[in-house]
Amino acid sequence: MTTETMAATGLSHAEHHHDHPTGIMRWLSSTNHKDIGLMYMIFGSIMFIVAGLLILAVRAELLFPGLQVMQPEMYHQLVTLHGAIMVLAFVIPAAIGFNNYLIPMMIGAPDMALPRLNNWGFWILTPAAILLLIPFFLQFFGIGDGAVAGGWTIENSPLSIQAGLGIDFTILCVHLLGLSSITGAINVIVTIFNLRAPGMKMMKMPLFVWAWLVTSFLLLLIIPVLGAAVTMLLTDRHFGTHFFIAAGGGDPLLFQHLLWFFGHPEVYVALLPVWGTIPVILSTFARKPIFGYKMMVYDFWAIGILGSVVWAHHMLSMGMPLAGNLFFMFMTMSISIPTAMMIFCWIATIWRGSMTFETPMLFALGTVIMFGIGGLTGLVIPDIAAYAQYHATMYIVGHFHYTFMGGAALGLMAATYFYLPKMTGHMYDEKLGKLHFWVTIIAFNMVFMLMMIVGLEGMPRFASDYPSAYAGLNFVISTSAFVLGAAQLIFFYNIIKTARGNGAKASDQVWEGASGLEFTLPSPPPYHTFTVPPEVK
Amino acid sequence: MMGKSTGNNLLQRIMLGTLVVSGMTAMTTANAKEGFNFFLTEAVTPLAHEAEGVHVEFFTIITVLFFVALGFIIYAIVNHRKSKGGQPASFSMPATRLQWLWFTLPFIGLFILDYVVMGIPAYKAAIAMEDTKTNADMVLKVTGSQWKWQYEYPAEGIKFVSTMSTPREQIDGKEAKGENYLVEVDNPVVLPINKKVRILLMSSDVIHSWNVPAFGGKKAAIPGFLREMWVQIEEPGTYRGQCAQICGKGHPFMPIVVKGVSEDKYKEWVALKQVESAKLAASTGTVWRMEDLMKHGQGIYEKICSACHQPDGKGLPGVFPALAGSRVVNSQFLDESGHLIKDRHLDRVMNGKAGTAMQAFKNTLSDVDIAAVVTFERNSFGNHMGDMVQPSQVKALR
Repeated sequence: MTTETMAATGLSHAEHHHDHPTGIMRWLSSTNHKDIGLMYMIFGSIMFIVAGLLILAVRAELLFPGLQVMQPEMYHQLVTLHGAIMVLAFVIPAAIGFNNYLIPMMIGAPDMALPRLNNWGFWILTPAAILLLIPFFLQFFGIGDGAVAGGWTIENSPLSIQAGLGIDFTILCVHLLGLSSITGAINVIVTIFNLRAPGMKMMKMPLFVWAWLVTSFLLLLIIPVLGAAVTMLLTDRHFGTHFFIAAGGGDPLLFQHLLWFFGHPEVYVALLPVWGTIPVILSTFARKPIFGYKMMVYDFWAIGILGSVVWAHHMLSMGMPLAGNLFFMFMTMSISIPTAMMIFCWIATIWRGSMTFETPMLFALGTVIMFGIGGLTGLVIPDIAAYAQYHATMYIVGHFHYTFMGGAALGLMAATYFYLPKMTGHMYDEKLGKLHFWVTIIAFNMVFMLMMIVGLEGMPRFASDYPSAYAGLNFVISTSAFVLGAAQLIFFYNIIKTARGNGAKASDQVWEGASGLEFTLPSPPPYHTFTVPPEVK
Repeated sequence: MMGKSTGNNLLQRIMLGTLVVSGMTAMTTANAKEGFNFFLTEAVTPLAHEAEGVHVEFFTIITVLFFVALGFIIYAIVNHRKSKGGQPASFSMPATRLQWLWFTLPFIGLFILDYVVMGIPAYKAAIAMEDTKTNADMVLKVTGSQWKWQYEYPAEGIKFVSTMSTPREQIDGKEAKGENYLVEVDNPVVLPINKKVRILLMSSDVIHSWNVPAFGGKKAAIPGFLREMWVQIEEPGTYRGQCAQICGKGHPFMPIVVKGVSEDKYKEWVALKQVESAKLAASTGTVWRMEDLMKHGQGIYEKICSACHQPDGKGLPGVFPALAGSRVVNSQFLDESGHLIKDRHLDRVMNGKAGTAMQAFKNTLSDVDIAAVVTFERNSFGNHMGDMVQPSQVKALR
């Protein structure tokens, strides 16, 4: 393949001096941004499937009131692992995969600026994921009491101090994941500042690159805080400190402040890369330039900065002082303005375009609408008067799935369909893609719209069993969730089919309306691209 | 939105118009319908009414906003498609002053929505919630502990523990589920209606959250800190809720039941409870017989201890220690001078074990309860210590 593609790009053998290894060593020791990007995406996909299976087991328990499938101890582990894996080991790695694969091609760079760090950042992930899951399997051999079980935010720190070895493994896992994220973030920042092709001014960079620049700074800001918080928890557990133990003068709420200082910006870490992709897809299939490019760049920064000072809206019923409650309520509401501006720009991008509706476009439009619901149902939450009716109920769960799954995961699917022909050189199966979209979007809304309703009626989160009043809705939610899970099999089947070379050959430009440096390269792109930087006009 | 619409296709305009209008109509009719409050539990306190009002107002606003944005998207999808043969426009910024005005207007509108339409009621409600002290008629102390609630009426001298009364058989599906499955307790809280009750919240182990949707409130119970809220029930009735903070394996099984009753009935209930606790105090002074201690202790064990240590006293290996054959149980608990020996049976039950789920039960259980349950544990599950603990001993050791 290599010689072929080398010939295609017209590179001489003299430039092709460092042959890359083949077989397993190609992947283990790779410093190539495309290989590493692919590995991140595959890792993310595996984690997506694992976490999905976990939550389907949970939904099976919730089909009927009463305990049929598992006891609360197991239930709490599954829910917690689902959240932790989806947030830490699926959304972020999958998005990092896209940035690794695309950013060098988008800005005309030969590779990431720190390729070895890049390799290291990826290979830390696997042991981290294993650490998170080990205690879950150990319990079946009578060792320990299972995986972490206090919710993915482990925000009840006295409960974490009581808990068994699952929490220690999680703390180590978080440290490793944090290291991985920090190396990734530094790499992105260094690459963007140093390796842009001549003429690629900052304000000419694709929005995806901008979004990742903001994301990287956010990661550098929040990951060390998370690392500190879990380390303090570890010393509280084993070395007699009292950071979070009230009996020793500590404060259980301090842990929540530190955790949410990480946890809320983490939402934007998951969403920003998607926000950088959606307008590109919309503009491609509307055959019209992106509306309000500059405004969106400023929006990214505004949301990044505002998003870092609103964390305690997760704690408004914890009993903070009135001034604190009011501050966090009003700051949170202010995020609606840059977010609304972004959605406005997206709608204006398709307005009076000449649209066609291939699968990536369907997913992009779906993402816009689902994220719209997520944003609007989130706008009401920080309001203190009704906050208690929403907090810690299934309403919150429904709401954040509209942003996390409807915003981030559906957006990543849009990006996958959009770039799959570029990556594999073949078009995916359009019929299967559309089927995947329609089943996903209908089942998704069935699950999470009803979940918000059952939450408003008062059903608390993390409840393995529920009063009979919530029985009917939970039955429908569970069955829809199984359909939603099954629909994702179509997605992965389609990807594998395309990657194996089925489907029509993709042109260099792939889509009629596509533009950008990555679409000037052949499909699939050769192993080394832009060894001679292109000139950007 | 941007300039004039290109098409003059009447049908599409009608479609868009119908969509927006039907959305709006659905909303208005829904609101006009008596009692529709976007799925919230019916409110019975002033704060809950406030929350309900704000909730309905905000949900109406976001539903309208959603349908307006969706209307634009659907209009574009229907009209601005390639199959209609339209040429794409090329604008990427507002160009004229008028377009800038169009662009800015929604955000000024949103700013006003955020900080005036939604902000002012929210601000008022926040102040009202915070004021637990003005004109408060009585105080209720609520202590959360794994997995039960303890209630105390300091002025009336009443104190009791409230645990879920749904039998295990119903949870496991061996019996039909009752009407109030999972939201029924042995000792409900009783509060007078039309009185402002100041509720103080605390916890003896991990963070819990006291949550009754009909009161429009939940608040965290945090170990080592005091939190406050207030309720003023307007109508007699039974109001139910569940713990709202994941707090370990019994989290779904620590419900809250509050009975709102008229002031007369409340006074009767207080008198009854006071008699009960006087009897209890008197019995602490008397010398109990072994059989009575064992019988009372078994009841306490099944209600409080068996959740972790299991009904057969064998515990859960690796998680909750067994009592059967335990060294802590099967040994002396008092030294020669009559003091507690650290980390032996009675000390563990009274003072708990730091950093574990074993809490200090001297805060939760009465002298009789502790004496009885310790006696029961020492002489059950194959333990044959043969000794007993008298309530008066426990009282002296507090």
